[in-house]
Amino acid sequence: MPAQTRNERIRGRAGSELKTHKLVAVVGNPNAGKTTLFNSLTGSYQKVGNYPGVTVEKVSGTLRFAEETVEVIDVPGLYSLAPVSEDERVAVDVIEGVAKGTSKPDLLVCVMDADNLERNLYLYTQLAESGHPILVALTMVDRLKKNGKQIDLVRLSNLLGCEVVPVVGHKSRGLTDLKEAIERNLEMPKHPRFELGLPDAIETRIASLRERMARLGADFSNAEVREGLLEPSKNFQKFLSDFPELEEPFEEARAHLTERVSESPKADVGTRYQWAAMVQRAVLQETVAPKKRTITDRLDALLVHRVFGLIVFVGLMYLVFQSIYTFAQPVMNGIEAFFNLIGKTVSPHLAGVPILQSLVVDGLIGGVGGMLVFLPQILILFFFIAVLEGTGYLARAAFLMDRLLGWCGLNGRAFIPLLSSFACAIPGIMSARVMPDPKSRLATILVAPLMSCSARLPVYLLLIGAFIQPKFGAFWAGFTLFAMHFLGLIVAVPIVYILNRKILRGKRLPFLLELPPYQLPKWRDVWLAMYFRGKVFVKTAGTIIVFMSMLIWALSYFPRSNEAAQQYTASFVVSNPSATKDEIAKYVDEEQLAHSFLGSFGKTIEPIFRPAGFDWRITTAILSAFPARETVVPSLGIIFNLGNDVNEGSADLRKSLAQSKWPDGRPLFTGWTAIGLMVFFALCAQCMATLATVKRETNSWKWAAFMFTYMTVLAYLAAVGVHQLELLFAR
Amino acid sequence: MTFADLRKGMSGKVVRITGNSDDVMRLQEMGLTVGTQFKVVKIAPFGDPIEIDLRGYRLCLRKHETREYEVELVQS
Repeated sequence: MPAQTRNERIRGRAGSELKTHKLVAVVGNPNAGKTTLFNSLTGSYQKVGNYPGVTVEKVSGTLRFAEETVEVIDVPGLYSLAPVSEDERVAVDVIEGVAKGTSKPDLLVCVMDADNLERNLYLYTQLAESGHPILVALTMVDRLKKNGKQIDLVRLSNLLGCEVVPVVGHKSRGLTDLKEAIERNLEMPKHPRFELGLPDAIETRIASLRERMARLGADFSNAEVREGLLEPSKNFQKFLSDFPELEEPFEEARAHLTERVSESPKADVGTRYQWAAMVQRAVLQETVAPKKRTITDRLDALLVHRVFGLIVFVGLMYLVFQSIYTFAQPVMNGIEAFFNLIGKTVSPHLAGVPILQSLVVDGLIGGVGGMLVFLPQILILFFFIAVLEGTGYLARAAFLMDRLLGWCGLNGRAFIPLLSSFACAIPGIMSARVMPDPKSRLATILVAPLMSCSARLPVYLLLIGAFIQPKFGAFWAGFTLFAMHFLGLIVAVPIVYILNRKILRGKRLPFLLELPPYQLPKWRDVWLAMYFRGKVFVKTAGTIIVFMSMLIWALSYFPRSNEAAQQYTASFVVSNPSATKDEIAKYVDEEQLAHSFLGSFGKTIEPIFRPAGFDWRITTAILSAFPARETVVPSLGIIFNLGNDVNEGSADLRKSLAQSKWPDGRPLFTGWTAIGLMVFFALCAQCMATLATVKRETNSWKWAAFMFTYMTVLAYLAAVGVHQLELLFAR
Repeated sequence: MTFADLRKGMSGKVVRITGNSDDVMRLQEMGLTVGTQFKVVKIAPFGDPIEIDLRGYRLCLRKHETREYEVELVQS
């Protein structure tokens, strides 16, 4: 889009919108310490949302001064104003003031890593041309000092044409200075202006022209020749007319210039870096001779070593995985027990109104509990990610793993999302944020739920315990459990391959990964990351989950009437005169479910699941487990006449599954049926929380629907495949 | 020669960039312009990607994504 129309749009909007706060945008390269600085400026006064229409997260906060309150926005990190990723595109839109929901920033706080000045200055050359008032916050000055270097701040400020404030973000050193500087610069903005000259190739031409003219006895400066090319003065033209042999080279240079200027009126990359190198040379002083081997070098010798590096990596990932898988369990059990207790406490008070009782206890309390149960895993994973990212290890791990994940179209950063998904796909999908390339990120999100999460475990344990272990022994039981965990991983490889070739459009970004020096984690950043990740999950995914839980509850509850219940009771008592009150209640529950919308639906689509060897009871259990696959266990409990107080270890349920029969008397479950059902649950997308998270992370239902469809089809086909094999070989 | 021909510890210089793709543009914006000197710090365990030191920072690149770069050795 041409710059002019953009500017017109901004002006048009500024007129119609009432602007209450001044807006400060914190911009800078990734790894420059931008988020740490933003966190120390705004603390927990932050808002985390989404930019409309894109998957990029919008983080903003408020900064209070004596006189006024300003809004501070944490612009996604970027390397250049010529964006290549979605993150960068949004960042550029925010800076230019055309991003939806933000106005044009009144001040850019440009965060620059003092220890990596040259590269950081490249972005500055572009920002300085954007016409915004700029204030530079120089971070990592403490590290610079440790490395025996220092920066001449006055000189830097003069060369940049704006104020430069050194800060040590996590220690809040220089923070007061920065806040004062922000207030001052909002009051009296400084627009940096500097001359970078034209692209290199043209400057060379100018120099050679000047030399030729000098040989003919005319002494002009480079600037005069440049001007002579663009807008020749009368004096200059008069001189040229005296030397016809200069006409041709001048015309040629002019043509070249117009061509280059029309395609890019600004200086090229090389010229900008020359300027950046010049500035760095001018301001950086080495007080001590640089150390041959820095701490980072020494740590890297171990951590990215071809043998020890991989051992450390596997060890660390094992720790992360175990933490999500095992350490979260007691807390999750606690949450479950807590919500059960609430349910049990509330339940008697509503006994007079059965529909309200069921709605509140099974629908509402069950739904909220079913969502909050994921929170411990999310918090634990994001604790590790924040620490690993903050220390700089995450980049090393991606470096180590890139080759392994790269060949099928992912990249080294995908290992965290995929590994965490073995515990739970929800934090796994949320952590795909560590991948800046949108295409790889989406591919990772779409296959993450194929990894066998802990919620599948109850299903595996129930079926293995009922059908594999009794017949084949502990070894094959263990093997089946392992195979089920491996299945998703194996299936994911061709899926990623197909996604990358056929489905996901757009170009993959080159895998450019900065390996920042190691540093200690900044604990405030870690806590804030956990806090906001948890909050985002509860707020956005949570509402969808609770809503859907209520919907499934309603489908399995209605239609229901007292008359029908009395009828079921009567017919049960006739055939079982000695039935206890509990047995009657269980039978009525079963009949109610069988006649509910969900049960009728299960019966209707039973023919679809027949090729997989499933009857209407298994089908209804699968349908009712749509919100969360682990709920298939209590559902089977209700359907197979045991009430809903069963778990995967309950011997009664195993027995009654093993004894259940088709109408013609064949056993319903064989070992194959059990494997088919396990394979179905290994591959299906029966987890609303995952779908809600995908919706939130990709900002569209489209991908959530796509994921549900492809995984369900895959799961169905695999289950049918297993049953057909059975028909072929086992009978 | 290209980045794929370099070994750990070698120092090099960008001689020429062929092609004008977005990837090349981004690599240049990361500081890898013609004339830039760098040192190969490390090669990942499985042979790719490689880590280089340039302009005072460390960058990791995939060999096949830098095919359009021509480099030469420099005595360090």
